[in-house]
This record gives sequence, C-alpha cells and structure tokens, in this order.
Amino acid sequence: MNPAGVVETAPEQGSESGPGKAPPRRTGRTVALTAGLLAGVGVLVLLVLVSIAVGSRSVPLSTVLDALTAPDGSTDHTVIRELRVPRTLLGLGVGAALGLAGALMQSLTRNPLADPGLLGVNYGAALGVTVALGLLDVSDPAVYVWFAFAGAALSAVLVYALGSAGRSGTSPVRLALAGVALGMVFHAASSAILRLDTATFDRMRFWLTGSLAGPTPEIAVRLAPFLVAGLALGLMMAGPLNALALGDDAGRALGAGVGRTRALTAVAVTLLCGAATAAAGPLWFVGLAVPHAVRAFTGPDQRWLLPYTVVLSPVVLLASDIAGRVIAAPGEVQVGIMCSVIGAPLFILLARRRRLAAL
Amino acid sequence: MTVLRLGLWSLRLSPRGVATAAGMIVVGVAVSLVALSTGEFTVPIPDIVASVFGQGTPAAELIVGRLRAPRVVTGLLVGAAFGLSGAILQSLTRNPLGSPDFLGFTAGASTGGIIAVVTGGTAWQIAGGSLLGCVASAVLVYALAFRNGVQSYRLILVGIGVGAVLVSVDWYLLTRANIHDAASAGTWITGSLSGRGWEHAVPVACALVALLPVCALVSRPLRMMEMGDEAAKAAGIGVEKVRATAIIVGVLLCGVATAAAGPVIFVALAAPQLARRLSRSPGVTMASSALMGAVLLVTADLAAQRVFAPVQLPVGIMTAALGGTYLVFMLRKERR
Repeated sequence: MNPAGVVETAPEQGSESGPGKAPPRRTGRTVALTAGLLAGVGVLVLLVLVSIAVGSRSVPLSTVLDALTAPDGSTDHTVIRELRVPRTLLGLGVGAALGLAGALMQSLTRNPLADPGLLGVNYGAALGVTVALGLLDVSDPAVYVWFAFAGAALSAVLVYALGSAGRSGTSPVRLALAGVALGMVFHAASSAILRLDTATFDRMRFWLTGSLAGPTPEIAVRLAPFLVAGLALGLMMAGPLNALALGDDAGRALGAGVGRTRALTAVAVTLLCGAATAAAGPLWFVGLAVPHAVRAFTGPDQRWLLPYTVVLSPVVLLASDIAGRVIAAPGEVQVGIMCSVIGAPLFILLARRRRLAAL
Repeated sequence: MTVLRLGLWSLRLSPRGVATAAGMIVVGVAVSLVALSTGEFTVPIPDIVASVFGQGTPAAELIVGRLRAPRVVTGLLVGAAFGLSGAILQSLTRNPLGSPDFLGFTAGASTGGIIAVVTGGTAWQIAGGSLLGCVASAVLVYALAFRNGVQSYRLILVGIGVGAVLVSVDWYLLTRANIHDAASAGTWITGSLSGRGWEHAVPVACALVALLPVCALVSRPLRMMEMGDEAAKAAGIGVEKVRATAIIVGVLLCGVATAAAGPVIFVALAAPQLARRLSRSPGVTMASSALMGAVLLVTADLAAQRVFAPVQLPVGIMTAALGGTYLVFMLRKERR
C-alpha cells in the first residue's frame, strides 16, 4: 500500500492549528461547506419524497403528502403508509449507518480501503442473522439484531486483532487481508447454512445480496433505536478522532483518551453495521465510496466529513433503490446491485482523478 | 540455497521450499486418490491404478475414467492456473490484494461467461466468452487506472470498482434470464466442478503447457521488479516488456481457469500467500503457488461433496471457507 496516501498536506495543517484569529479563507470555506451540507439535506428530502411516490404503483406527490398528513384508508394511502414509508425510512437509516460506519473505520484504522463490507464486519453480522434465522428459528427483528451485533463485534475484534502486526501497529495491507479472509469465511458459512434449508434459502437469498424490499413497518420500528444510537455515538467521535489522526501521542496530548476513543468508535461501528445488515443484508460499497467522495472536498476534518457522509450516503442508497424500481418496473433490481452500478463509476473516477485523499 | 541453471531458465531452491513443494505434491496426490476412490461406489485404489493403464473393470473405467477423473483433473489444473495467475499479478502489483479476484479480472470472465450462458451458448462459446470477458476487463481496468503510469494501489481500487459493477451486471442478467438459463448460470457463477468432463480439462491443460515456460522465464525478472522499477532497470531488466508479458500470461490463465470452472473465488488470492508463508520465502513464488492452488481446489471440492452430504455445495463456498480459515491461521501465527 502506498504510505504517501496517508500523509496530510502541510499547508492545511498550518491554517488549522493557527490559534485565535482564523485566516479569512477559512470562514469562506466554512460558509461554503455549511451551504453544501444544507443543499445535501435538501436533495435528501427530495429523494425521500420521490422514493415514497415511485414504484410499481405510481402515486402523485400531492397524494403522498395527503397520505402522510391525513390518511383516508384508500389503497394508495395504505401502500404508502405500509410499504413505501418503512422502506424509505429504512433506506435512509441503512444508508446513513453504512456511510458513517465506513468513515469511522477509515479514520480509526487509517486504512483507505476500510469499509464495513470489505473488512468483513457486515458479513459477520449477516452470519449472526443467518444463524438466528436458519438454525435457531428466531424471527423477531428485535431479537435477531442482537445476533447481528454479536457477529459484527466478533468479526470487528477478530479482524483488528489479526490485522494489527504486533509492536509496529496496524498495517493497512494486513488489516485488509484479514478482513477479506474473514469476510469470505463468514459469507461462505452463511451461504452454507442457508443452503441446508431450502425454504430459508428461498426467503433469504435476496437479502444475502442486499435488498430493501420487504421490510414491514415493524422491522423499521424495531431497528430504528439501534440505528439512531449508532449514528449519535458515531457523530460524537468526530473531535476525538481528529485528535487521534495526528498520532496516538499527539492525540493523548490534546486530551483524547486513545483507548476510550477506539472502544467507543468500535461500539458505534458495531451498532451501525449490525442494524444495517439485519435490515438490508450485507451491503458494501456505500461505506467505501461515499467517505472517499466526501473527503475530496471536505478534506480530512472529521467534523465535516462525518456529517456530510451521514447526509450523502442515504442519497446514494435511496437513489440506487429508486433507480432499481424504475429500471425493472414492475419488478425491481435489488439495491445492492444498483448501489454498486451507481457508486462504482464514481469511485473509479475518484481513484483515477486524485492522489488518494489524505486520511 | 542451491541454484539449478539451464540456459535462460534458472531455479533457486531453498531446503524449506523444496520440502514444502514435496509435501504439497504428496497431499495433492493423496487427496486426488481419495476423491477418485470414494463416493457412492467405492473403487479400491489398485483398480484405479489399473484403469489408468486401461486394465480396469468396465465399472471402474466408467466411474473413474468418465465421472471422477475429469472432475479431479479439472480441479487440479484450474487450481494451478488460478494459483499461478494470482502469484504473477500479486508479484506485479507488489500487493497481496493484487489478485485477479480483486483486480476485477475474475468478475470480467464470469460476466463474459454469463452472457454466453444466457444467450444459450455451447460449452465452447461459454469458454470463449469468459476468456474474452477476462481480457476485456483487464484492458478496461488497466486503461482506467492508467495515468502517467500505473500505481498498484490505484489499479486495485479501480479493479474493485470495475469488479463490483460486473458482479452486479451478472446478478442483473440472472434475474432477467429465463428460469433454465438462470439455473445453469447460477451454479456456474459460484464456481463449481460438478459435471466437468475431459472437454473442460483439455483447454486448461493446453493453456498451462503453453504458458508455464513463459511463467518460468518472467519469474526472476518479476522478483527483481518487486524491489522497484528503478532497481530492476539498473539490474538490466526490460521492465516494460516483462510487465506486459506477465500481465498477458496472468490474464490468460485466469480467463482459462474461469472458463473451465466458473469464478472460484479466493484460490488466486490465498494460494500464493499460503505458499509463501508455508515455505517462508521472501516473496510469492510461482511453482509453489501453482501447487498450493491445485491442492486447495481439489481438497475444497472433496469437502464440498462430502461434508454436508447429501447437500452438494458449490466448490466456491468451500474454497472461501478453507482458504480463508487457513489464511487467518497463518496471519495469527505470523503475529507472534
């Protein structure tokens, strides 16, 4: 791996650490970034409405608003309230969770390839869900999400333990290698468990490639608290992670508890990946591509990077989901497929266009 | 450390490397014999030897010669081809993640194959489709990653991106295809050795015979190039020529292997790393990677048939489980 990609650029450092009076360039930048974030939120709200309106049964936007404010029990309103709204909310939550988890992992491991899918955490969570559904016949989402957490935590700990090379700290290559290896093992185990029982396999094979279809309002409600908790905890880590980015010793000097920051970030990642995978299957790519794209214009400052990722990841996921429903109407293409078709060219463009943005 | 030389070819032998290679050959032969002799009908090993020389009973001839042997031989050859392809590309990118699985080549081969399957192609068209897909994806990845030369890191990132798109295209084609095509494409896409006949083994064998001497030729310059292009140039190596040759060989091996068995993941990634760690060599080595690939794939295929019998798992699931577990074990051991 290229160590040059991890070095921060010197001029940026100088302007950030200047005490007291900030140079005027920086206020302009803050305004621009805030405006950008608000624009992102606007796009997201628009996409939420479109996602509720578009599908095999198309509904005009005015009816959507009616259904949300004053439901009258008509078919359109039932479709919207029972199917489209849970699906959209879940897409919103899952997208934000995966993006934030990816950004946190990239920052924590200082590995530009860190991604909930690539480091095996989502596959660990998926194995937990598979064990619960396939072997133990647990069907309550509020119960099997704990299996997902256990799987995610287990794989995160294993990957980190295997990937950190003794005294010399964590090396990106070893970490990615360990993550890919474990992810493959977990995915193979999930596939094998699902294949043992044909009925479960038929029900879960779409989930195993990543799909937002079929969440009931119940699943959305049961999983929401975990997603919200993970998002809140993850966003709170922005400051300490910024301090740790300067190195463990400098971070300690700046007052960030190294062990505590790592542990809390790991908890946030586990919550986010576990809940997202329990809801939509082991998706990847959102967590890898969006933080990279965001870093290209926010720079390495976590206080901008994390909120931007939280806003823009659901934009990508919802756009993919909508596109999947439009392209193959009246059927649909799973969001996992659409996500990589839309996200990958962007990612290739970034990998091509710039030197890997500093972490 | 002894060195064997024959004209352009030279071979450096370390005691541990030789012992590892011998061990892998023994394991490979043992596993192959078990795969040949056991199953629904047990054929004793003397009968297998007899039928190899054309002296066996008709039943043994049928079971071993027509059913089991092609499967085992295809497994050995495909495994060796994947192992070699992985070794070449990992050495070239100087990165363990630079295997065809990650560079998107395997995905390209499977997309080419799936297109042939979905349009109702014959076995030869499927093989041609996957070879073509592999070459096309390699050209695409290389072209997209090219910007004042190719950095290995950018190559892998672009490969991951292209691979993700291609895998999605595969799944999309599977959902669009009619049910019969989708079923046959579905088993092919996870990588499977079931129902392989001699017509699958022969093309891989031909490719290996043709490409092995080239592998032997580029192996030493490739190792020099791992120290950096400048150092290799200073040592008198035509860097660009070697790189182009190595890429072509790696891509062809990957394409041929995928054509025969479908995209069996992880063999090309794990085999060179496992071989390197087992023989404690400083870099990936071609011969031991090929041996390790063959052993890995045949063992995985045997396990896929027997462990959950009567459920037959695709071998791709087993290679992932076996190779992944072993790689994890190796990483843990190395850490101490």
